[in-house]
Amino acid sequence: MAVLRRDSRPVRGDQDIVAVRQLVREWAVSMGFSLVDQTKIVTAASELARNVIVYGGGGTLALEALNDGNRRGLRLAFEDRGPGIPDVDAALRDGFTTGNGLGLGLGGAKRLCNEFDITSRPGEGTRVVITRWR
Amino acid sequence: MERIPILKMGDCLLVTIQVDMHDRLATTLQDDLTERIVAARARGVLIDISALEIVDSFIGRMLANIAAMSQVLDAKTVVVGMQPAVAITLVELGLALPGVSTALNVEKGMALIGRALGRSDRADGGPQT
Repeated sequence: MAVLRRDSRPVRGDQDIVAVRQLVREWAVSMGFSLVDQTKIVTAASELARNVIVYGGGGTLALEALNDGNRRGLRLAFEDRGPGIPDVDAALRDGFTTGNGLGLGLGGAKRLCNEFDITSRPGEGTRVVITRWR
Repeated sequence: MERIPILKMGDCLLVTIQVDMHDRLATTLQDDLTERIVAARARGVLIDISALEIVDSFIGRMLANIAAMSQVLDAKTVVVGMQPAVAITLVELGLALPGVSTALNVEKGMALIGRALGRSDRADGGPQT
């Protein structure tokens, strides 16, 4: 599997959520994703960027355009150095939240992508990687 | 401070969201609308989201909050113009927007508000007699 293109940006504040949405949209459009697929990955990115800010105290987004045989994929890695998630399974359940949100962020983002991977270590931070293929 | 304009049309308030909203802007709109409903004695609120390219859980929650608060304040909120790709994504995200009335476009939204307020269907834009 080849990485065609790579980039990263900080995710620190409210305005960065909007900037992440725009950046992911640009990448999805340039890779030829359908409008529905664009909307799905942009929405997932919006949820995960907000998690990085609200729960992780800020972090980074790394983007990769992938080429795997005859399919292309957009992979987004959100990483923070926040307190981490003690119980990842619980955090993935709809309606679970330690903040004041709806508890749809993680589970929702997972449903909107083809691949979803989360690693979290209490005290060290959280890394969520999502991929959408076309 | 950046704000989304709220227009008054008779006893209805009209909001057209034209920008990609950051979270604070969405929260400000929610607060502004609640105050305007009371100040303008509005009975209907129409929110046009046809220019919105995504609705994530935060914006979805804002729409649900506005609908709930307007109901408490005796006003009917209708959200109009949601793009099909946004609707598909919202449902997959797990957000069905309970309690939020929706209509296809502004005209149908105004008709829905008119009916909810027990008025004749004139607002539908149909021929006047």
